[in-house]
Amino acid sequence: MTQKIKDASIPTIPFKARFSRWFGRNLLRIYMIFGFTYLFIPVAYTFAFSFNDSGKSNLIWKGFTLGNWQNPCGAPEVCNALGNSIKIGLLATTFSTILGTMIAFAIGRYHFKGRASSNLLIFLPMATPEIVLGASLLSLFLVFKINPGFWPTVIAHVMFCISFVVVTVKARIASLDPRLEQAAMDLYANELETFKRVTLPLVAPGIAGAALLAFSLSFDDFIITNFNSGTLITFPKFVYVAAARGIPAQANVIGSAMFFLALAIVIAGQLVNRKKTR
Amino acid sequence: MSLPKVRVPYLLLFPGFAFLFTFFILPIINLAQTSTQTPIAGGDTGQYEQTLAFSNYVQAFLDNKEQFGRSFLYATLATLFALAIAYPLAYAIAFKSGKFKNILLVLVVAPFFTSFLLRTIAWKQILGEEGFVVPGLRSLHIIGQQTTLTSTSFAVVAGMTYNFLPFMTLPLYASLERIDPRTIEAAGDLYANGITAFRRVTVPLSLPGVVAGTLLTFIPAAGDYVNAAILGSPNTKMIGNVIESRYFKIVDYPTAAALSFTLMAAILILVTLYIRKAGTEELV
Amino acid sequence: MVRSVPAGTRQLVSKDSISARGDLKLTRITKSYGDFTAVDDLTLTIPKGSFFALLGPSGCGKTTTLRMVAGLEEPTVGSIHLGDTDITTTRPYQRPINTVFQNYALFPHLTIFENIAFGLRRRGIKDVKEQVDKVLNLVELPHLAERKPTQLSGGQQQRIALARAIVNRPALLLLDEPLGALDLKLRRQMQIELKWIQREVGLTFVHVTHDQEEAMTMADTIAVMNEGKIEQMGTPADLYDNPKTAFVANFLGQSNLIKGKIEGSDGDNLVVDLFGQKISMPKSRSHAVDNSMYAGIRPEKFRISLVGTPVRGNSLTGGRIEDVSYIGVSTQYVVAMPWGQEVMVFEQNDDGVPPFDKGDEVNISWEPNFTFGLRGDEDIEAGTEVNPEELEEE
Repeated sequence: MTQKIKDASIPTIPFKARFSRWFGRNLLRIYMIFGFTYLFIPVAYTFAFSFNDSGKSNLIWKGFTLGNWQNPCGAPEVCNALGNSIKIGLLATTFSTILGTMIAFAIGRYHFKGRASSNLLIFLPMATPEIVLGASLLSLFLVFKINPGFWPTVIAHVMFCISFVVVTVKARIASLDPRLEQAAMDLYANELETFKRVTLPLVAPGIAGAALLAFSLSFDDFIITNFNSGTLITFPKFVYVAAARGIPAQANVIGSAMFFLALAIVIAGQLVNRKKTR
Repeated sequence: MSLPKVRVPYLLLFPGFAFLFTFFILPIINLAQTSTQTPIAGGDTGQYEQTLAFSNYVQAFLDNKEQFGRSFLYATLATLFALAIAYPLAYAIAFKSGKFKNILLVLVVAPFFTSFLLRTIAWKQILGEEGFVVPGLRSLHIIGQQTTLTSTSFAVVAGMTYNFLPFMTLPLYASLERIDPRTIEAAGDLYANGITAFRRVTVPLSLPGVVAGTLLTFIPAAGDYVNAAILGSPNTKMIGNVIESRYFKIVDYPTAAALSFTLMAAILILVTLYIRKAGTEELV
Repeated sequence: MVRSVPAGTRQLVSKDSISARGDLKLTRITKSYGDFTAVDDLTLTIPKGSFFALLGPSGCGKTTTLRMVAGLEEPTVGSIHLGDTDITTTRPYQRPINTVFQNYALFPHLTIFENIAFGLRRRGIKDVKEQVDKVLNLVELPHLAERKPTQLSGGQQQRIALARAIVNRPALLLLDEPLGALDLKLRRQMQIELKWIQREVGLTFVHVTHDQEEAMTMADTIAVMNEGKIEQMGTPADLYDNPKTAFVANFLGQSNLIKGKIEGSDGDNLVVDLFGQKISMPKSRSHAVDNSMYAGIRPEKFRISLVGTPVRGNSLTGGRIEDVSYIGVSTQYVVAMPWGQEVMVFEQNDDGVPPFDKGDEVNISWEPNFTFGLRGDEDIEAGTEVNPEELEEE
């Protein structure tokens, strides 16, 4: 529309058609802007209120300060809770990734009796509401007189993360061209070398993704943790309990920091991937 | 077939399945046992004996009909809203985002790197009395002076919709992304207008994503109690809230177990029916 | 792949299976998957140094045969020898055999250099760098050593896949539809290059394809496979000029097959009655088992003449031109014969304009030596309904 050429021989498109075309073309873009705004409102709010000079209850804007970021452990218990969540997250991620990857290779690579029921056993924990998983595991611990706490929580997290790891790694294995492994064997690599030099490097991004997913599921879990952690405070538990009397701004600092950290990891991962395929 | 080779998959499965058996299957069996127990006469709180009291189920259900109904109603609504929001979003990312595709995909997941409790509480404060939305809407006379947005069913459903949105968006994106855009063009070439092409080609081809997304949203939503606890009021209690309080506040394990079991069974039945229905529709 | 390995194969294998050399011998090989027999009692010898093609439509068993030679599948029955060494049950990495895979199967996480060096490193060869550089020069892509496979074009990937295999100097190089993913022009060019490289390195090449033109251009010997069996084996010219079965006659080029009856003989020739008209053909070119026969004539061997013009050799009268398609170097005619059959005739356009028109009354004639005779109980449609562009799945 930058140049107006008046030439009768060029048929003009009527305004109504032009508008409806513009609208049709951009409707989804407009929608996307609204969609992403909706997604990010609470994140932006959390980030903004991490700078609130609020004192104890972070409900109303009282003024800008960097104090919360300089002293993220300023509120009682908050760093203790964070530390617990990270410890549990790392342990749960390690175990669930190892166990889940092994299962994914068995199901994705072999035909064996009981493969269908194996798939069902992987699906069931995902189809069970968290509250049932958490409550049933607690009852079991109580029967065996095991007190809820750190290790029961780790066990609970490993249990619900395994299925997600299996599904993620299995998808990666399924997308692997079997001819690549055949080519390796054709080129004098035995089974072990084929696995080490071809299969594992190619499945690795899937395993890394699964580990990241497991960590974020574990780190963010509240319901199952609430049942099995007893008096142990994790970060989500801290937030939930504190919500009643107002969350300290330090929680916002930690939440925002986690957001940027995870974003950085994902973007770095994408860049590495892109470099690799180039 | 040599024995060692046949054993390989079972060796790989063993540790993980042993773990799942001990910490998933056994607890469920134990839960089933607990659900038919009754208090020991004259015992302390929290002491129960097995009496095969299946009446626990009847009692638990009759006492909590309302919360069951609400759980499934809220979960259904949240699933439908999430589908309505996520489908165009996933579609736009899959087909209209060009080289920004990967960035947008990261952006869909990114909000969920912030703890979901923090985000839920953020919504509560944004929509609460001290937030800017309610006073703004009141001064514009869009809502009444007494109307609140939090502590309502609306707030609970909205919170669930928001929190489970990525579980809907990602599977939808995955199945839309696999569609060859040429099939949609082919539909246009064969005299289908935009809407018909969408209805007859895009939607059926994305159905696996719709099924996966709705399941991944509905299942956790039906068992959720955090949104109801933070954004709701006593009038919006869901079955999750009841189970939680039976466990921790009332120490009524059999009822909690019976409720958990009923919830799980109901979800499994619904999911099975749903997958069947979706499966046959896909074939038609 | 790793799933179905028979018991105790490892200890039966002699250490030097990897240095075995000589002719490849398949002896009474059968491969079944449940009820389905992919390869059916196949016996075949591929001489050392030859360029051998296994040609056939999808599902004829050629890829299964190749995979058994590579060690990726194991025969249900039968044995495979390389020279004097039995390699029937050795693992793929214990055979001096390399494969150029369909779609190449280059390792996406390794550079071109490392892809080519893969086999050398596994065998513990010392001068890896020197050998890789040499083979990269042979395929004329030395500048791509540090790239990743996804950065290469289809033709370049094809050459790297070839380089990755031949750098190992295998006793046998297997090519599984190696040119299937390339466009026609590139395919023609690669056909010539492959042939040249085979002569240059002097390896035995076994080439699996569904493309008869590709097989004929490159191979010294072609085995035509159908339903798990070899229909016929020979040089390209042999197979084309003297097919033994209707399947071969139709799968390699086009053929006119006319139902006839052997009336008697005349010296070295047979006298055959084709719907009341007598023709003759060499006895040696008949594969009929009794006196019923299909007489086969390639379309370009026919000549057309207007009624009344004198003809040489065999002739059939009473034809009528039904259709004329001009295609540059030649013209294709469809001629309706009095017994209701339509035959195909290709005439060179020596004189420019096609001399005949639709509706002309004509006779067709040909040299008796060009006739081939098939058994009278053959299915004359065999091999025609196959779509040669269809890609074979294992």
